[in-house]
Amino acid sequence: MSTKEKNITFSRRNFLKTSALASGGLLVGFNLFTACKSEVKPPVDIANLNFNDFNAFIKIANNGYVTIFSPNPEIGQGVKTAMPMIIAEELDVEWNKVHVAQGKYNKKEYTRQVAGGSQSIRFGWDALRQTGATTKQMLINAAAAKWGVEAASCKASKGIITNAKGEKLGYGEVVKEAAALKVPENVKLKEPSEYTIIGQDAINVDVDKIIRGEPLFGLDYKAEGMLYASVLRPPAFGQTLESFDDSEAKKVNGVSKVIKFGDKIAVLGSNTWAAMKGKKALKAVWSSDEELESTEEHNKILTNILDGKEFEIRREDGNVKKAFKEADKVIERTYHSPFLPHNCMEPMNFYANVTPAKIHLVGPIQTPQWTAGRVAKLLERKESEIDLEMTRMGGGFGRRLYGDFALEAAEISNVAKKPIKVVYSREDDMTDGIYRPAIKYRISAALKDGKVTGYHLKEAAINGNMYDLIPNFFPAGCIPNYKVSTQNYKSKITTGAWRAPYTNFLAFAEQSFFDEIAEELEKDPVKLRLELLQNVKNTSDEKIEYSGSRMENTIKLAAEKSNWKENTAGVFKGFSAYYSHNTHVAEVAEIIVKEGMPVVTKVVVAVDCGIVINPTGAINQIQGGVLDGIGHAMYGDFSFEKGKPSHKNFNTYRLIRMNETPKVEVHFVKNELSPTGLGEPGLPPAGGAVANAIYKAFKNRMYNQPFIKELENNKEKVLS
Amino acid sequence: MPNYNLKINGETIAVNADSDTPLLWVLRDQLNLVGTKFGCGIAQCGACTIHVDGKATRSCQLPVSMIDKEEITTIEGLSKEGKHPLQEAWKVVDVPQCGYCQAGQIMTAASFLKENPTPNSKEIREAMHGNICRCASYNRIEKAVAIAAKKMS
Ligand code: FES
Ligand code: FES
Repeated sequence: MSTKEKNITFSRRNFLKTSALASGGLLVGFNLFTACKSEVKPPVDIANLNFNDFNAFIKIANNGYVTIFSPNPEIGQGVKTAMPMIIAEELDVEWNKVHVAQGKYNKKEYTRQVAGGSQSIRFGWDALRQTGATTKQMLINAAAAKWGVEAASCKASKGIITNAKGEKLGYGEVVKEAAALKVPENVKLKEPSEYTIIGQDAINVDVDKIIRGEPLFGLDYKAEGMLYASVLRPPAFGQTLESFDDSEAKKVNGVSKVIKFGDKIAVLGSNTWAAMKGKKALKAVWSSDEELESTEEHNKILTNILDGKEFEIRREDGNVKKAFKEADKVIERTYHSPFLPHNCMEPMNFYANVTPAKIHLVGPIQTPQWTAGRVAKLLERKESEIDLEMTRMGGGFGRRLYGDFALEAAEISNVAKKPIKVVYSREDDMTDGIYRPAIKYRISAALKDGKVTGYHLKEAAINGNMYDLIPNFFPAGCIPNYKVSTQNYKSKITTGAWRAPYTNFLAFAEQSFFDEIAEELEKDPVKLRLELLQNVKNTSDEKIEYSGSRMENTIKLAAEKSNWKENTAGVFKGFSAYYSHNTHVAEVAEIIVKEGMPVVTKVVVAVDCGIVINPTGAINQIQGGVLDGIGHAMYGDFSFEKGKPSHKNFNTYRLIRMNETPKVEVHFVKNELSPTGLGEPGLPPAGGAVANAIYKAFKNRMYNQPFIKELENNKEKVLS
Repeated sequence: MPNYNLKINGETIAVNADSDTPLLWVLRDQLNLVGTKFGCGIAQCGACTIHVDGKATRSCQLPVSMIDKEEITTIEGLSKEGKHPLQEAWKVVDVPQCGYCQAGQIMTAASFLKENPTPNSKEIREAMHGNICRCASYNRIEKAVAIAAKKMS
């Protein structure tokens, strides 16, 4: 079977250690993902939490209050609330007595302190529950010893241990004794029916700070003597710095230093404005050896790739050639997506203080471990000299996986010999991006006797896009003769992961294509998908990533909740379903037509993510993902002209705004399967659902994103 | 560098800044009032929204020299202990995702509700459209504004 129902294995032994705190109370250190070295001990001083060996901690104070040091970076995906909820559930404490603090990254000893790929919850599920339950058992054992009774005769609930006689002890009253006990093995976990915290709404743990404007984010971080750095980078991809004149920049009030590093120039100032003004006053001469790249050229190159024969085959089932030869009908369509910038609301920034003794780094980063390693390498220092603190992040969407901004900060501080903070302007952020690559898909289907007998998906992407899992997503396994081929063009434009990487556009292309197949076969689009899924249900193919029956249930739920079969005059519905990041999602978009343009009014979403840890957080993620998907499919437009990005700021680059957003109604498939992530899976199906609804209203298929441009280009056709 | 006496959150504060410095950076870098956020710098996203005499204003495009006797209110001064009905509603609805845009959203909404205490949903959507939420927590922002409006009127 596929990975979706397998338990994530982690080494149980030695993943958890306890110690009594100097300040009183019990500290439990645990490692979510690996067994730690057998001899390590958690510190007895909170200030020195030993994140080398443990990536998360629980502190139980003498008064019974619990602090959970949440290990994973928070980018708005809600793990800082959801991960501690899982511990609190098994530990059996009241959620309102739990305080959550962000763990700090220190060194590279542990494996997955990353926000990305919607994987935090999926990987943490077993370890977090075991940790909570084991700690609870230790507290029970300590109380039992104190009473001189069998531990098995005692129970614990809501932070209170009770024995058979009805005597009670609070967790805080036995922490000292518990710290001295051996860590018990094989503790029993709760049944989902016993949950009192998991499955209940828990408000974002940082909400008070957020609504009061307290410092939380990287951009809010300050240190004594810190200077602000604004960096001038090559305006076009492929350019290098020839020469520069900083005489005007140095005249700006507050500017203290100008530093050239590589092809970049940093202006240091006593405040952000001075640094930014100084940067604007720089005069730089740029050059390039080769011709600079443009989108027009890219489009030709990608089309040539699709027309050519040089492909890497990612999956091949049956005999595709034969299926196409024997088909009654073949449909072939090509889909195109532009580059996309991430546009995190908080522009990139990072603090660095490089001194001979150590390197202090602070800021918003999705990959603390990888980034620390790269900084060490860049400055030829030991990783043990790096102290990296993560702040809350004003959005990530993949951009903060690439610590380029942290490396810049370290390099500048190293030269300046001062604590500095690199601050990107919005223009820097949008034009020095690591973009979602432009992609073209060409999909063809062979139809015979009312069935899809063959399917061939070709991808041509800038810098490569498809990775090994994707060819095994829906509809792999549903069609007997199935093939996925890829090819890419290496560009100087930097590209990388963008929310729901690999599938954010692929899902749109395939789900639109299925709508065309359904039309051709004169089948209801929902019915077509359900029929196809029957073929994958009993697959013995280990590689198939999704579950046919879970997808089926998800699709049925979306159809039911959206009244798919019912038609209302003037309302047009489009359907789409996709599996990504271990979660199955189906969406129905409704649109109306206003002044000749589509307005999305409602999206009904069905999600199978296993057990829902925190419903309010889960719904928030899905709503955000769906609106993000719609916004970028409708408006996201980004290109390059001679290496230069086409947009620099929100005056020309359009993001979805409140008056353009539909209501997003979210429904979860109820089951007791292990939870999977939610930060990304809501996004991929959204574009397809909207495109299919647009088709119903305008009889016009969307082949290119953004739709707004496609509609504009087809206006005459649309209005006639 | 010239001196300015600014009235911020009920206090008069003397600052020393270049005349073209946007109030945003005076607040953030000099006065440690970092609740007002930087998003675009060109009055397009609303992250930096403050009140000038009660009216929602983009502080990234407001040079410090343009301020005279006006009362400036930032998110830190919107209410005592963060108990403005909008802040309360934000909690009830669990609005924030990353949270970065939310102070600006609340400031825009607070000024809007003063002008229109009983808005309908269309009016809320229009009034709030100048504030970008990249996480797209729009459904909940809309709901929270409506709840706060009800509570206030
Ligand atoms: S920072 Fe002022 S409106 Fe965007
Ligand atoms: S909550 Fe992230 S930008 Fe609004």
